[in-house]
Amino acid sequence: MCLGIPGKVVEIRDDGPLRMGRVDFGGVRKEACLAYTPEVGLGDYVVVHVGFAISRVDEEEALRTLEMLEMMGDLVQQELATMGPGMDAPAVADDAALHGPAVAPGASS
Amino acid sequence: MKYVDEYRNASVARRLVAEIARVTTRPWAIMEVCGGQTHTLVKQGIDESLPDGVRLIHGPGCPVCVTPLEQVDKALAIAARPDVIFTSYGDMLRVPGSSTDLLALKARGADVRIVYSPLDAVRLAAANRDRQVVFFAIGFETTAPANAMAVWQARQLGLTNFSVLVSHVLVPPAMTAILDSPANQVQAFLAAGHVCAVMGWTEYEPIAARYHVPIVVTGFEPLDLLEGILMAIRQLEEGRAEVENQYARAVRREGNRAAQETVFRVFDVGDRTWRGIGPIPGSGYRLKPEFETFDAEARFDVGEIHVLEHPACIAGEILQGTRTPLECTAYGTLCSPQRPLGAPMVSSEGTCAAFHAAGRGLVSAAQPLLQVAPLPGGSPTVGTATGATR
Repeated sequence: MCLGIPGKVVEIRDDGPLRMGRVDFGGVRKEACLAYTPEVGLGDYVVVHVGFAISRVDEEEALRTLEMLEMMGDLVQQELATMGPGMDAPAVADDAALHGPAVAPGASS
Repeated sequence: MKYVDEYRNASVARRLVAEIARVTTRPWAIMEVCGGQTHTLVKQGIDESLPDGVRLIHGPGCPVCVTPLEQVDKALAIAARPDVIFTSYGDMLRVPGSSTDLLALKARGADVRIVYSPLDAVRLAAANRDRQVVFFAIGFETTAPANAMAVWQARQLGLTNFSVLVSHVLVPPAMTAILDSPANQVQAFLAAGHVCAVMGWTEYEPIAARYHVPIVVTGFEPLDLLEGILMAIRQLEEGRAEVENQYARAVRREGNRAAQETVFRVFDVGDRTWRGIGPIPGSGYRLKPEFETFDAEARFDVGEIHVLEHPACIAGEILQGTRTPLECTAYGTLCSPQRPLGAPMVSSEGTCAAFHAAGRGLVSAAQPLLQVAPLPGGSPTVGTATGATR
């Protein structure tokens, strides 16, 4: 019951005692009460909990989070690339480590 | 699905795991409060991908799990009445009371129905004026706006045959109860994103300051959880203790004002007993006096019920995070999702059920004899085999 799912508002009805609507969850359409999200319009995304939209999904924030996550991934890659042969490498490199094949750090990740 | 799939990207997840490892210099214990988050963390193996010493403690945030056995027995007593249509979210149906469960009662002829939204229960009451319709109003702050609206609507419609059996719990008092415990090991919290979507996070600011614990409002997808963990560890490493919001796409600091308004029109904050934990002052909702006529406990006079939990079950310690299911003697043997002894095994959001669904601690015990391979997304048949000895 605690699972809230984001879905797209595809129908709004303001005629009854409560603002109601239909929300599309990746093809599955469900009735939802929109009384708590008066700011929501057609095409907006909402988080729905037990038949009630409790929050509008902020598209800008969603994109910002995703961009940051992806960018941070790149930063990690760059950071790893500057670390040399990996954190587990011995402090004093032996011949094999110096002349062996280069190991791409983070290749396994 | 939009806003779901993009937060499940495996390569970004791996890079987040690497970043967590990079910033971590010492052991930390972080509690995710919400059972929905526990389920994802265990299912995706996120808890096992963290650096050595970084431990996730699975919190009490499963409403089905913390609903007291007494309350389940009251539900069963009411549901057994011939004049009653008993309605509930689906998760409560299999929860065993001390002698039976709602599903078994339904099989014996009781009128028990699953509703998706509490408004469905109100509609049912409007359509069946000669029957008593009772709704099992359980949950955290997330379901409170829906449950409150159901009561409000019932009053607007003048329904005299609708009532609710309330068992509502609140997150912040549970967090402080955990922090006040002498056995507490939690150093930071991932706060439940959807609870905060309703209530905002201002309640958490004094907790973070008073106990000097970082609290990160966190979403439910794997990348959300990994980022929440990363933000918590960064705070811990830097000695900060602030409330931060990872789940900015759905949560604002003040929460959902319209929802809060309806909740506080219908409910007052009151003491609640948590299954496995005990009474916590000011940790739940009860109906305001002017809505007393909608209180099923008053309407059906179920009286005081006292029951004992199964002696082998360590649900209390599991819910407080002081022990894991793998330390329980009944886990996977006497207790399985098919035959749950205690609440954390009943709900899929419960810690024991999450461990069981991921096959944790189950395969190795069976392999030498039966050569059981873990089923994809399921569990090996250890539970049923040993269950036969009961």
